[in-house]
Amino acid sequence: MRTQNGRIEQIQKMLERNVRVLPRGGGTKPALSTPARDEMILDMTSFSGMIEYIPEEFTFTAFAGTPLTEVVQILKDHGQYLPFDPPMVERGATLGGTAASGLSGSGRYRFGGVRDFILGVRFIDGRGDLISAGGKVVKNVAGYDFPKLMVGSIGGLGILVELSFKVFPRPQAYATWHRSFGSLEEALQMMRRASMAQIPLEALDLYAQNPGYSLWLRIGGISSVLPSRIGRLLEIIGEGQLLEDMDDEHFWYEVREFSWVPEGHTLIKVALTPKSIPALESYQDGKPLLRRYTAGGQVAWIALDDSPRVLEPVLKEIGLSGLVIWGPPGFPHLGELRGTSFLRRVKESLDPAFRFTEV
Amino acid sequence: MESRPPDAFLNELASIFPTGRLLTKTAELMAYESDALTAYRVRPYAVVIPERQDEVVNTVRICAKFKVPFVARGSGTGLSGGSLPVKNGIVITMNRLNCILKVDAEERTAVVEAGVINQDVSKAAAPYGLYYAPDPSSQPICTIGGNIAFNSGGAHCLKYGTTSNHVLSIKAVLPDGELVQLGSDSLEGTGPDLIGLFVGSEGQLGIALEVTLRLMNRPEAFCTVLASYNSLRNAGDTVARIVATGLLPGAIEIMDRLAIQAAEASVQAGYPPDAAAVLIAELEGDRDQVDAEFDILMQVIDTSQAQEIRVAQDESERMRIWKGRKSAFSAVGRLSPDYLVQDGVVPRGRLGEALEEIGQLSQKYGLRVANVFHAGDGNLHPLILFNGRSPGELEMAEKLAGEILMMCIRHGGSITGEHGIGVEKRRYLPAMFNNRDIEAMQRLRRAFDPQEIANRGKVFFP
Repeated sequence: MRTQNGRIEQIQKMLERNVRVLPRGGGTKPALSTPARDEMILDMTSFSGMIEYIPEEFTFTAFAGTPLTEVVQILKDHGQYLPFDPPMVERGATLGGTAASGLSGSGRYRFGGVRDFILGVRFIDGRGDLISAGGKVVKNVAGYDFPKLMVGSIGGLGILVELSFKVFPRPQAYATWHRSFGSLEEALQMMRRASMAQIPLEALDLYAQNPGYSLWLRIGGISSVLPSRIGRLLEIIGEGQLLEDMDDEHFWYEVREFSWVPEGHTLIKVALTPKSIPALESYQDGKPLLRRYTAGGQVAWIALDDSPRVLEPVLKEIGLSGLVIWGPPGFPHLGELRGTSFLRRVKESLDPAFRFTEV
Repeated sequence: MESRPPDAFLNELASIFPTGRLLTKTAELMAYESDALTAYRVRPYAVVIPERQDEVVNTVRICAKFKVPFVARGSGTGLSGGSLPVKNGIVITMNRLNCILKVDAEERTAVVEAGVINQDVSKAAAPYGLYYAPDPSSQPICTIGGNIAFNSGGAHCLKYGTTSNHVLSIKAVLPDGELVQLGSDSLEGTGPDLIGLFVGSEGQLGIALEVTLRLMNRPEAFCTVLASYNSLRNAGDTVARIVATGLLPGAIEIMDRLAIQAAEASVQAGYPPDAAAVLIAELEGDRDQVDAEFDILMQVIDTSQAQEIRVAQDESERMRIWKGRKSAFSAVGRLSPDYLVQDGVVPRGRLGEALEEIGQLSQKYGLRVANVFHAGDGNLHPLILFNGRSPGELEMAEKLAGEILMMCIRHGGSITGEHGIGVEKRRYLPAMFNNRDIEAMQRLRRAFDPQEIANRGKVFFP
């Protein structure tokens, strides 16, 4: 493993020179990694590689620019995985970019998102100081939780250099039930029932189909009892089609890679709860919006062939917040902003001279 | 010599709080002089007992105006001195802000005030088949606000995380009196994780007033296994073998001989009294999955040199096993007039070595150490027994505790897994982080609290 001290010093020198920088990993989320003004792009892909992986500890540490494909493969070789199901793996997303954008996939339903699995971080703050925070063990509360703070910070609070994560043993086998519904009400009712089911689900997604809706329930676990659990799940959803083995894997691969979003479309993440889905759905009536509600209705992915700003009024009205992932550069936040004065203080302390992007 | 608070300051407090909720007499203040780290005591200027959120906000504003330090306190169960009063400061007790404002079964959330008792959240959620997952041993008395300040853990953290992983939104008053709302009802966010930063900041970025918590489905089935061993090492090796099977138990705990004896004497949990160690492993989930996991678990335990193996046959037996574990801290108190609880973390693979080193340190210092730990996440809780009345023993105990913490760092772990730095571990923070790291934390803190009035002297030296 190469040390990155030389590169870190280069960045530190750069920050002394009064330039504004924008870190970029795989560039898979262009709305977040394209300069909107005078920022210089900091290509993080040379900060790549696993630094330490101890399977029996359920932990690893890697450089921020490490492609997720590499991380996922190494973990898989040891029967483990990232339970927050990072998106855009095959597209080339990096570990650092995933943390900085705060994105988790449908699989976050079971155990939590990227914020719940990050353990430690090394980052360069706006002063050029290399800061370590958190730790490399699965449990640690020493010092302020900068690692979590960096989740969703989109390069505005620090340049991520190194990250430590908790991982879990990967379920032996998976299967997915899906069922279509004519109305949103029916689909939501079933989603609610499924979320209260005694069988823990790995994923619970609801997709708008124009017309109608489809519900997707994924379970995972020990192979020998999967058939009986599949049977129990059917009792809950009544009827549906089953995806197993490669079909199951392929389906969730496409979800994760956003294969459903047409080329050139804008992609927006909206944080919400199931209760807000009807309001968001009634807004889209007659508009060409693609909508997928993932993680039990806690995240909406909205794709459209238009400026993301068209969503601004509706998100404000419903009281939701959104983040532009694919789309034009610029301030990527939409809708309701919460905790802004709290965040302003954080920003001032970590990036007093505004070397980084607005957050 | 004790100084008196400025009269103008007390007068302003008296304009909010009637007599009886503004305590200034020595006898009244004594109960608040320490938290569960009883070796430290500081008498505050005053204690205020708010009953409404606006009373907390106004108190903080008065403190900011007069530059008087304040410490927010829940039930005072913290083990790191996190709610130890500050000299010439006041204590704001949060216990009466104890309304459970809403349990939303459909959204699986609860909105509670900060003074609500941890276990009361699960009780309120129980009729809907839900519960609040973080389960510190003090859960029958500790408050959600305290849990938030210290990012409290518990026995079931490996799978579902600590408090931080279960808080969705927080309404808080910042040290300058500003009210903020962080997070939303959603499990996901779209900006920096401010909740993540606030939780575990040991009361230095503000006081949580009202929070939205995530509730989880109560598992359909539990399977709790207790196995006893003739050595700690055998118990530790079994943990490593369980983890190697790819199982993810909800909890894996170990107690040593001294802790077992104390728990037995205290709550008669039915632990084998002559065992050198007991291991508690708990599986949870749906019936089929738990049954299949149980087979795998028992293949390990059956071949693990366990002396006695018990599987809880029903919920009451399960609760009995957990009662022994969760009462261990207070039970050890019966063995000794005083004790210090440590909270270091080592990588799981180093547990055996770490325990041996603790044994050697115990001999070196001539002080008994009982071990109770969350083996699943490498979180040790050595309880160092001493007699505070015997001159020099507290200092010896602290020195021994310090050596344990340095050992944890040497093994690549942490000085605290769930209790926080407080006053107790301030001097060890620089062993884990360098000056630049600590300065970054301090700068952040001062961006919120330039006067350093919120829980001054905790985490960092004043």
